[in-house]
Amino acid sequence: MTRMAETFAALPDRLLALLDSLLDRFPRRMGDIPAAVLLTAPALLVLGAFSFTPMVNALTLSLRGGKHGDGAFIGLGNYLDALRSGEFWQSLTVTIYYVLGTIPAMLAFSFLIALVLHRISRARGFFRTLYFLPYVTSVVAAAMVWRSLFNPRGGVFNLLMAWVGVAPQQWLLEPRGMLHLLTGGAVNASIGPSMALCCVMLFDIWHGCGFMIVVFLAGLSSIPREVEESARIDGAGGLRTLWHITLPLLSPTIFFLGVVGVVRAFQAFNSFYALTQGGGNTQDTRNLILYIYSQFYDYGYWGYATAASTMLTLAIVALTALQWRFVGRRVHYS
Amino acid sequence: MRRVLPHILLAAFGLLMVWPFLWMLSTACKDYASASTPSLSLWPGMFHWQNLPDTFRAAPFGRYFFNSFLVAGTVSLSVVLTSLMAGYAFARLRFPGRGVLFALVLGSMMVPFEAIFVPNFVLISRLGWYDSYAALIVPWCANAFSIFLMRQAFLALPADFYDAARIDGCGHLRFLFRIGAPLVRPMVITVALFAFLGSYNSLLWPLVVTADGSMRVVQVGLTAFNTDAGVRINLLMCASAIVILPTVVLYFAAQRYFVESALGAGIKA
Repeated sequence: MTRMAETFAALPDRLLALLDSLLDRFPRRMGDIPAAVLLTAPALLVLGAFSFTPMVNALTLSLRGGKHGDGAFIGLGNYLDALRSGEFWQSLTVTIYYVLGTIPAMLAFSFLIALVLHRISRARGFFRTLYFLPYVTSVVAAAMVWRSLFNPRGGVFNLLMAWVGVAPQQWLLEPRGMLHLLTGGAVNASIGPSMALCCVMLFDIWHGCGFMIVVFLAGLSSIPREVEESARIDGAGGLRTLWHITLPLLSPTIFFLGVVGVVRAFQAFNSFYALTQGGGNTQDTRNLILYIYSQFYDYGYWGYATAASTMLTLAIVALTALQWRFVGRRVHYS
Repeated sequence: MRRVLPHILLAAFGLLMVWPFLWMLSTACKDYASASTPSLSLWPGMFHWQNLPDTFRAAPFGRYFFNSFLVAGTVSLSVVLTSLMAGYAFARLRFPGRGVLFALVLGSMMVPFEAIFVPNFVLISRLGWYDSYAALIVPWCANAFSIFLMRQAFLALPADFYDAARIDGCGHLRFLFRIGAPLVRPMVITVALFAFLGSYNSLLWPLVVTADGSMRVVQVGLTAFNTDAGVRINLLMCASAIVILPTVVLYFAAQRYFVESALGAGIKA
């Protein structure tokens, strides 16, 4: 019995030794090539099949009309259709509102929390754990909780409204604009993000800021203590030190988080889907990915959906390049 | 006062961060009648353990968990294997085309998954993998970022280890798995965690390539559970809690690696 177990335990070693001896059979002048082929093949096969091939296929698929990818070649027809479609532009608007509504708020909030966390020495680990917790939980499960909190009938948000003396709201089911509701109807209901969209934003700010806090903390602890101390000795106050020393030194971190945040926000799907499907998923909360998904899944317009996602990719690449061009240059590295 | 003020501030916002989870746990402990009574209190006042079996009876969560763990576990193991091998090759072996291939691998990080999910779906259906574990697992068995991380880890190892092993006649594969892998263990754990979480928490791809109830993973199962008519809120919160549980347990068990994998994930996106 023990002999069998021993043989079994030695199996991986034997296998490795066998493979090594096979590699040794190749002529010496081939050097590392046989080993390199063997070692890189699995990864390259998967990446080739499921990253590179689809990229090429996406271009050809996006040129086909009809349903389920078997329509005729229609050139750039799908792209033009998308650009002429009101729903496409509407979904792009939702995406842009979402990016503008989440990223700056998250950056500011996370920076403040990280700054305070950095100052304290007791219980720092505990608080970091606390703030990071939402980020590790599944978006879908957390969204189920928030849907219940937003429930117009007896949800916690409406209880809080009643507590401060405000009329109950529809939250995720409210397609009217946030500005319209806040100004008491002075602004047209279709202008600006809807209340439902603002609820999605609030959820994602909550869910994602733990990540930014951790990255900011890493950035803050890389600033040498002497730099801030010498500024103080020279008579700079707390706020001035923050503005002239800490912020410039952190600018690479802020820039990095900004780029990453924008790219991620453009691809947001899980929170939109989990918060709005089965009621509330109307145009005002349908972002680009959800639009692409529904054109593909609900209507079977594979070519059209692919054309729209190709444009989304181009938009993301262009935006990242713009950020590098205009913001990246001003970032202070040293 | 100045010394406690930061702690008070952090505690107040911290409470807001965990409040939804506390509310979830509290509601999951209640029976249906009191769960559907509006209340701001976090103390459930009862522990209705019957919710747990009821949740598993209301929807096949056992099956969903089996699927999720099978998929995420296999993906995680495969990613560790493929990235160890490729990372080692790109760091330590000399072969023609190494630079070009590595640049290509890095280039694949630039393409968002959303841009290629339709052609990927077409490929999967042509292979006859629709509604199968293969569809959920195989496309995720290697990723550029993990390869990049592993290459960095192997580059950071002193060359002496490698030379000494070669002089003793140790082949590449035995060196990689017997000596190299244990030396880069922190990175192996980070990559494994990152892959596991990514797979466990994913929603779009499982929605696209599976339709049958028996192939649902927990995330899809949970969204379906929510839209199914007559779902009771205490059971929904109970289901959410058990979906969150594995990741939270992992988080507390391996916090250090979590933070690293988050930093890593940030570089990737």
